Amino acid sequence: MAELPGQIRRMSGGISQLIEQIYGFSRRCLFRVISMGPIPSHLAFIMDGNRRYAKKHSLEDGSGHQAGFSALMSMLQYCYELGIKYVTIYAFSIDNFRRKPEEVQSLMDLMLEKIKSLLEKESIVHQYGIRVYFIGNLALLNDQVRAAAEKVMKATAKNSRVVLLICIAYNSTDEIVQAVKKSCINTSDNIEASGNYKHEDRDSDIEGTDMENQEKRIQLVDIEENMRMSVAPDPDILVRSSGETRLSNFLLWQTGNTQLFSPAALWPEIGLKHLLWAVLNFQRNHSYLEKRKKQL
Amino acid sequence: MELRKFQSSPLLIQLLLLSLELIDSLKMLSLRVRPPTSFDFRRFNAGYLERQWRLSRDCFLSFSPKVEENRGVRFGVKSSKSEVSFTAAEEEETLPEELQPELMPKHVAIIMDGNGRWAKNRGLQPWDGHRAGVEALKEIVKLCGKWGIQVLTVFAFSTDNWIRPRIEIDFLFSLFERSLKSEFQNLAENNVRISIIGDSSKLPKSLLRVINEIEEVTKNNTRLQLIVAVGYSGKYDVLQACRGIAQRVKDGEIEVEEIDERLIEEELETNCTEFPYPDLLIRTSGELRVSNFLLWQLAYTELFFAQELWPDFGRSGFIEALTSFQQRQRRFGGRKS
Repeated sequence: MAELPGQIRRMSGGISQLIEQIYGFSRRCLFRVISMGPIPSHLAFIMDGNRRYAKKHSLEDGSGHQAGFSALMSMLQYCYELGIKYVTIYAFSIDNFRRKPEEVQSLMDLMLEKIKSLLEKESIVHQYGIRVYFIGNLALLNDQVRAAAEKVMKATAKNSRVVLLICIAYNSTDEIVQAVKKSCINTSDNIEASGNYKHEDRDSDIEGTDMENQEKRIQLVDIEENMRMSVAPDPDILVRSSGETRLSNFLLWQTGNTQLFSPAALWPEIGLKHLLWAVLNFQRNHSYLEKRKKQL
Repeated sequence: MELRKFQSSPLLIQLLLLSLELIDSLKMLSLRVRPPTSFDFRRFNAGYLERQWRLSRDCFLSFSPKVEENRGVRFGVKSSKSEVSFTAAEEEETLPEELQPELMPKHVAIIMDGNGRWAKNRGLQPWDGHRAGVEALKEIVKLCGKWGIQVLTVFAFSTDNWIRPRIEIDFLFSLFERSLKSEFQNLAENNVRISIIGDSSKLPKSLLRVINEIEEVTKNNTRLQLIVAVGYSGKYDVLQACRGIAQRVKDGEIEVEEIDERLIEEELETNCTEFPYPDLLIRTSGELRVSNFLLWQLAYTELFFAQELWPDFGRSGFIEALTSFQQRQRRFGGRKS
């Protein structure tokens, strides 16, 4: 009878493993059914509600973000199993630097720890062959975090199966300002370069000079190719947790035609059912949006 | 040896049965999980049922002004659409009880979506839907003026809408021109300022003339600023701001390093108003997209997605949107406490 508690523990461990395997198997079957329809290629997440979650469950302050991180890992797993190629997450905004220094510091420490863990052998990066990008004004971060981020980007540069874009020290307005600056610099460089040609080409007709003026004017593609997010296509779905319905300066340029979805669950509570609901709604509107895109 | 012990112990068998029950109850729980709610889909409020009833009634009645006036008499339902202009008595009307005056947004933006579907539901032509949309707009403009909203921006015509049939586009512009001319007097008397933003290069000349005239005449009005976005898209706005800045850099007025958010803000077309950033964006007809409207300016805007089609979005829909806005916590990236 003394061996009974040990046996019970082994049994319950075995049973929970069995339940997990059944769950994983049924989830993969479900994903296979859903993939019969169109699947979004790019999903974006605004991970809102970690601190409210900690307060709600009377946990200490940092554990809301820890719980948020594990929710993020499971969401990434579901997304990549479903076949979504690009996932973008809003980790830290430039506006968040305005919070209390202790909170900012603890967030930075958490991010450093998690970024370093991405390099480990058992991490999700190696499991799914993820290429990681860090998007944002990295100069605003402290040296350690920036160095770790650059290391991860370099280490995963060869992966090509799926892509994870982590927006850190990011603001959409800041991104647009940088793109505008680069476009202006490129334009003035082009003007200088063509100025040299103009002297040699004196007998070009009026149409020729008009065309040169047209080319010198900044076009939409000039701004778009200078955007930091140009490594990925526009998001198909944007999910913001905790029920708030606003963009908070995230991907303003890229979400012109993105489906917006705002479940009431806080970020650590987000789960498979929210992802499924978002994808099903996307499939409902997909044919109409594709038709419009072709017309444009 | 352990297997024999397992087979012989009744306690373990009971444990196995218990765990099977647990799996079963988990399965039952998962089936009863409610689907997650989407953006503000509060369909079953008091106004919604009444509106549905009116909608089904309208399907059997033709859309004519005479029927609108008789509506209240015949069915005992007051229609606010029969009111045409502000009067001194109406100005005393205060905010509804649900709304608090100190939490009213300064700038409201509206994407007026659903005219075509509204007309199709009733078996009418698309232009009847647009005409109904203009009536709905007049009502909202009136309410904004009464309730102290300073700026109202409406998305009348997008750069994406140029793909619509030519006949519809021509009708839309002539409707716009006619509405401006007929409401000219009204707007001037009620201290409303009109501004038009967007790419005006493709608009017909007669419309441009009317626009310039009405902008000039109303430019000193202060009660409400109505900004109509025609031929507008958020990306176009940022692009033209970028071109303006590039020109200034070329002329040596500013250095490239000096380009920042404030400079872009100055060059955007919404610089015609004191409050360029909307506090609240309303999109009707249930679509959950921003469709390239006011890209830069929507950074911290609260979004509200209404289920009704635009011609049905009247006073009650507007109150619902404002109530939802007033209940929100706006943090702008910081922390409340």
